[in-house]
Amino acid sequence: MIDTILTIAAVLIMIAIFLSAYRFIIGPDLVDRVISFDVIGVASIALITIITHFANRMIYLDIAIVYGLLSFLGVIIIARYLEKGL
Amino acid sequence: MEIIEIIGAFTTLIGSIFILLGSVGMVRMPDFYNRIQTGTKASTLGTMLSLLGIGLIHLDWGGKIVVLILFVLMTNPVSSHVIARAAHFTKISLTGKTVVDKLTKKKFKLKKDN
Repeated sequence: MIDTILTIAAVLIMIAIFLSAYRFIIGPDLVDRVISFDVIGVASIALITIITHFANRMIYLDIAIVYGLLSFLGVIIIARYLEKGL
Repeated sequence: MEIIEIIGAFTTLIGSIFILLGSVGMVRMPDFYNRIQTGTKASTLGTMLSLLGIGLIHLDWGGKIVVLILFVLMTNPVSSHVIARAAHFTKISLTGKTVVDKLTKKKFKLKKDN
């Protein structure tokens, strides 16, 4: 029962990632693409955590930490580039 | 199968529903500022609930789960604030239904929608 509920949750997060990727494709400006990239990164952290439950390995949580750190740094660097140049 | 694991699984399901609603708002909203509102807040709450649910299922992973929840809670509002500030300084246009903008002196007229 727990595995069934977590599979439904993983499918819902995948649908969310595809909707954000649609906004990533049709976004009229650069900042729309940046914020959809941020939403994809944060949803991927939850998806990696559910995959960690299925694989039953605690070491995969470190991948989620590094993924969130890289997503945060990417958004900060693009915002600074937009504001005053690198 | 204990009762706390079922509670954790339903918490993860509620979190994924929040993430899905945030992404639907990313597609539907008319403006960049509305998109940033619905995208980052809903996805932050949904990710924190999903991590909390997995932490309730596996109680021995609690340390790293707490580190991840604090990390998401600290970094995601900062990044959304920074990108909204950059968007306002690069003059991304507002939608036509805007009523007030406190950062500029420009006056908006109230339109009467039917």
